[in-house]
Amino acid sequence: MSTYDAPLHLDGALVVRPEYEIPLAPHTPENAVSRRLSPFARMKQSAAIRKATIILLTIVAWQLYTTLDHVNELIFPTFSETIAALVHSLSNGELPGRISLSLLTLLESYAIGLGCAGLLTIFAVQSVFGRDVLSTLTAMFNPLPAIALVPLAMLWFGLGAFSLMFVVAHSVLWAIALNTQSGFLSVSETYRMVGRNYGIKGIPFVYKVLIPAALPSILSGLKIGWAFAWRTLIAAELVFGANQGSGGLGWFIFENSQNLMTANVFAGLLVVMIIGVAVENGVFQVVERHTIRKWGMQQ
Amino acid sequence: MDQQICNVKPLLEVDSVTIRYQTSTQEIVAAEDVSFSVFPSDRFILLGPSGCGKSTLLKSIGGYIAPSEGEIRLKKERIREPGPDRVFVFQEFDQLLPWMTVSENLCFALTNGRRCRSRKEAVEIADRYLEKVKLWKFRNSYPHTLSGGMKQRAAIARGLAMQPSILLMDEPFAALDALTRRQMQDELLELWEETKFTVIFVTHSIDEGIVLGSRILILSPHPGRVRAEVNTHQMDRSQASAPLFAEIRDRIYGMLFDHRLPVEEAAS
Repeated sequence: MSTYDAPLHLDGALVVRPEYEIPLAPHTPENAVSRRLSPFARMKQSAAIRKATIILLTIVAWQLYTTLDHVNELIFPTFSETIAALVHSLSNGELPGRISLSLLTLLESYAIGLGCAGLLTIFAVQSVFGRDVLSTLTAMFNPLPAIALVPLAMLWFGLGAFSLMFVVAHSVLWAIALNTQSGFLSVSETYRMVGRNYGIKGIPFVYKVLIPAALPSILSGLKIGWAFAWRTLIAAELVFGANQGSGGLGWFIFENSQNLMTANVFAGLLVVMIIGVAVENGVFQVVERHTIRKWGMQQ
Repeated sequence: MDQQICNVKPLLEVDSVTIRYQTSTQEIVAAEDVSFSVFPSDRFILLGPSGCGKSTLLKSIGGYIAPSEGEIRLKKERIREPGPDRVFVFQEFDQLLPWMTVSENLCFALTNGRRCRSRKEAVEIADRYLEKVKLWKFRNSYPHTLSGGMKQRAAIARGLAMQPSILLMDEPFAALDALTRRQMQDELLELWEETKFTVIFVTHSIDEGIVLGSRILILSPHPGRVRAEVNTHQMDRSQASAPLFAEIRDRIYGMLFDHRLPVEEAAS
């Protein structure tokens, strides 16, 4: 027998160890179970600060490479030249006009795509036939790049804004419909039964139970739809702008590259990126934080 | 049957109910020719091993599954669809809608289930029932911040607040740890003492059935058939070591599996 599993003996007699109880005081603010982290510890937890550092490092690398290596500004302007071009185009009113034209077209097309997706999905949840219609149409049209429809849109609708809207709405519609439908299908049986228990059916069932329960999927559909729409719009504007003689941000980039105003091209591209990031972080993340993250439906 | 019981009309009648369902390859009988009656203020236990169709039967009473044969009547009316007169409490913790606070979950039920006409009235009732289950402090919390036991308590409060004709509880404590389960059982009995609501409680724990129930319906293993109805003689947990408690438990255990014994003996 090792010394570890020997019973406690003292001079040959078994020792019974005394029992004890400790009355515990209730928790007070002074000995709270949780406490706030220090400002520095919280800063390290912040993804925004970490990402901002990465962006800053990229800008420094860009500026150093272009100035120290004396790169031709017609090929690759420095960061400061790009910013100067950006400020100039913004202050003379050209860029704001282009941006608002692009955003307006985008919002209109996005709304059209969203509306169509909503109608299709509500139709799809009502019956097996509706579900088959949606999944077949999605399977057919989702892989079709929206930009491939530009020639067709020009044949059908001419060179107007309507052609742009048709192409962009197409890029939005299928991504949103696909995600919304798969979100609806994965709503747990318990939520459905709870809803029906309290007499909710038909269209109220869709907006009181299905939509909030499927919100994580719907939001990711909206995000993918937005990303598709923004890329499609800028790409389509390169084509349409060239034909129409006036246009949005895409046309601004195209026009300046024709005139060898490379700093302006960079400024245009920068704006495309900034708007993309701003919507992604500013709009969608805020919506997510106030909905699905607050509800514990997304980590 | 004594005179007193004959005068009370059953609240719920399950009349020769057979439930079959189809998979892609076969038809399965979940419950076969099941009949029983539940009287007002009964704590009626459906007890049986896993897969005996007790949850299916409860869903059928809830109106989610139509019986293949026979019918289920609540206050002499045939049950055809789910409704707020039979409120379900599920085993799953996700029965609270996560996009609403605890209090909103109750109000959602109260207003949609047409128990309250105004939002103000619903909030008052929700407050009252949340206080009963000791969750009033957490009324503005979202469900994901609550523990499993608290979620189930909130679901019970939501069910009771509706003042349904009958509360249908589908193994509500099965996913809880043993300590919390025991606490929840005691609390459910306390709540019952207050208003004497009628409840059907599905469980596969014999002890839970004896402690919580007033009457136990024993279903045989797959497919579920009625094996017996047993009174619990109002045993409570303090009598868990009493001989009568052990006797009821052994009797029920025997009945759940007795028909298997000859087969097993033959096999060995």
